[in-house]
Amino acid sequence: MKTPRLLLWSVSVALLVALPPLVSWLGQPFYIDLVRRIMILAIAAVSLNLILGYGGMVSFGHAAYLGIGAYAVGILGVYGFTNGLLHWAVAIGASALVALAIGAVSIRTSGIYFIMITLAFTQMLYYLGISLELFGGDDGMRLKSKSQFGGLVDLRDPVAFYYLSLVLMLGAVFLVHRIVHSRFGMVLRAAKSNEGRTRAIGFAPYPYRLAAFVIAGAMCGLAGALYANHTNYIVPGLMSWQQSGDIMFMVILGGMASTAGPVLGTFALLFVEEILKGWTEHWQVILGPLLVLSVIFFRRGLAGIFYKPDA
Amino acid sequence: MSWILIFEQLLNGVQLGLTLFLMAAGLTLVLGIMNLVNLAHGSLYMVGAYLTLAASQWTGSYVAGVLLGLAGTLVIGMLVEVVALRALYDRDHLDQVLATFGLILFFNELVAMLWGRASLYAQLPQYLRGHVELFSGSSYPVYRLSVIVVGLLVAVLLWYVVTQTRLGMLIRAGASNRTMVAALGINIRLLSTVVFGFGAVLAGLAGLMAGPIYSVQPGMGELILIQVFVVIVIGGIGSVRGALVGALIVGIVDTLGRAFLKPMLGAMLSPTAGEAAGPALASMLIYLLMAVVLALRPAGLFPARG
Amino acid sequence: MLEVRGLVKNFGALRATDGIDFDVAEGETHAVIGPNGAGKTTFISQLAGNLRPDAGSVRFAGEDVTRLPAPRRARKGLARSFQITSVYPEFSALDNVALAVQANAGHSFRFWRRARGDASLTAPAERVLDEVGLSARKNTLAANLSHGEQRQLEVAMALATEPRLLLLDEPMAGMGTEESQRMIALLSRLKQKKTIILVEHDMDAVFRLADRISVLVYGRVIATGKPEAIRANPEVRAAYLGED
Repeated sequence: MKTPRLLLWSVSVALLVALPPLVSWLGQPFYIDLVRRIMILAIAAVSLNLILGYGGMVSFGHAAYLGIGAYAVGILGVYGFTNGLLHWAVAIGASALVALAIGAVSIRTSGIYFIMITLAFTQMLYYLGISLELFGGDDGMRLKSKSQFGGLVDLRDPVAFYYLSLVLMLGAVFLVHRIVHSRFGMVLRAAKSNEGRTRAIGFAPYPYRLAAFVIAGAMCGLAGALYANHTNYIVPGLMSWQQSGDIMFMVILGGMASTAGPVLGTFALLFVEEILKGWTEHWQVILGPLLVLSVIFFRRGLAGIFYKPDA
Repeated sequence: MSWILIFEQLLNGVQLGLTLFLMAAGLTLVLGIMNLVNLAHGSLYMVGAYLTLAASQWTGSYVAGVLLGLAGTLVIGMLVEVVALRALYDRDHLDQVLATFGLILFFNELVAMLWGRASLYAQLPQYLRGHVELFSGSSYPVYRLSVIVVGLLVAVLLWYVVTQTRLGMLIRAGASNRTMVAALGINIRLLSTVVFGFGAVLAGLAGLMAGPIYSVQPGMGELILIQVFVVIVIGGIGSVRGALVGALIVGIVDTLGRAFLKPMLGAMLSPTAGEAAGPALASMLIYLLMAVVLALRPAGLFPARG
Repeated sequence: MLEVRGLVKNFGALRATDGIDFDVAEGETHAVIGPNGAGKTTFISQLAGNLRPDAGSVRFAGEDVTRLPAPRRARKGLARSFQITSVYPEFSALDNVALAVQANAGHSFRFWRRARGDASLTAPAERVLDEVGLSARKNTLAANLSHGEQRQLEVAMALATEPRLLLLDEPMAGMGTEESQRMIALLSRLKQKKTIILVEHDMDAVFRLADRISVLVYGRVIATGKPEAIRANPEVRAAYLGED
């Protein structure tokens, strides 16, 4: 089944590459912003898929790393540090450290406890964000300066930023793809499939799960840094559990444990949101039941329509 | 820092704790018996507050409002159970979390559509306003005292039902080993529906009582829900006793922390340190507490399952 | 190779393991039999590290492993198959065994190279599958294997970790006659090279394969000895063989 999958990917990437000139020509540059936002959040979804879809760890606190990455960029900007690579390094590094701390405690638990404890820790970070009056507190902060990359790429140029996001999204997808098919990934997936069996052959799942958790957090931190540049405004709400729930939906909707799933899910969810927003300001009253129905009836997710998820 | 102030904050902590207990009791039993994570429990809390507010204004009577609010919450809770939750009992926790998350979005927006996004303030009848002097020098709000009284009454009622009645025995057995209870021929579905209804009413009660203190607004359920989760994690899933102990601990720690951490830090370190770190640390306190409890007792303090 | 002294395990008021002394010599095939509820799986679980005993000690190859968790014991060469089939249903038979090979191959913090294309994992896995007779089904998903084939896979996974001691918990559970014969033939071959603790109900297999037999009743070993001695033992006949 290799050729059809590769074909689907190639076509999709080609479409994404062609989008900016196409919509500019059609006079609808708004779509460049929209799709860029989708691709940035897709990176977050791809990172969550690693631990949720493949690792079976229902982390309800993944949005924390979006917030950490975004605040890293914002706070560095306030103090005059505008170098993009520095932004990324801090966003990724801080997210990895926090993920390590939260993961070290949380991964000792499982099942419902894990869900609740990851939720609680994220909420803790959210309250921390609100209480930081220095950086806007409840209202958030405006981005002082976008990440600068010298002459390489100017994030103030919407199209250049778009292509950068596309490249990074594809990079994230590719990285996760390699990881889940490597020896490390096999252990992670085995632990999800049958933990008792995995222990019996000699693997202690904890270190592998923790490593995956840290990798996922770091990747999501990068998404956060990009997101701050996209929205120019950083709010604690980025770390809220509603945001975590959104990212989870992107993963589930698209189909867990598949490479394309999180990307498909992000596009689907955010497009649906855009359409609903156009109809009514109370779009959530429609989205809510839609999500409920999708969970009840749509077990395999969208990717399941195209092909069987990876075994 | 006077002893009276500490005592009053302690009472506030107990009041918060009992409110949390009302929420936690229903949630932990449904989780323990039916293995169902229900994020929409917070929505029932919110619905209780709004319905009571609306009914009180409509009928002009606080008591009528309370009764209608509770009845309405029960009806809505049952509807939600039949329409959405029944399909989720056999699914894994992830699906339950996501589906009930969808319910939260729905209810928050519905409430905003009907009553707007602004905070509403519930009116109290004359006999519940004002203060009472507990002992010389202390003046404590009548309403908060009545919340404590009602909370304690419910706790006693629950204790009685859970430990002294046959229904309670079935509940405890179901929370401890659901398959066994079902295998013994008990209609576990009916049991869980009854428990769910109970829990919905308790949540509505917590919501309508909280309204006058914390204000009524869309999303109020989620704010308290996370604290309820902390309570359940600390107390242990499936255990009403754990819910009570956990709730009181969380309520008291959180309230005392918010009241005294800033001045304490200010006194020990410096006023600016207190100003900067105090509120942040206070809001993180219960989560740190949860982490510590989990490190020592991974299944909580009083887990129902052995 | 294995030395168990005074092993005790209580589940509340139930004394599932009541002071067991047990030895297995290197190269020996030692069967453990007993009526249902005698505590055989509880015993095996304590040997493998899935359960912590309340008292007593387990020594493996001269080392005290009583406090070691299951993964550590597995890495020391103590492999286990489960009474209720416990494999990876969504992976192929080859993937299943390759994972066991991988567990034995040092740490798995390798993030880049494809595991499925790695001959150092797949070649030994294919050899083990060949040995248990599952070569033809190596690319079949474990969930799609027949019950008997899944039991074979259980044994294969235990084998693939190159263990010094094999703990086989009712490998023939639920098998028909033909499948059982195949499993017995496999175990006869394994006998020559491995030390085996075999928990089984199938008396035919037990008497053909065992060098020594221990009989477990209500958590205690009531007799240990060569098969003929056990067959003749009146206590054993009363407690167990009489019921069979």
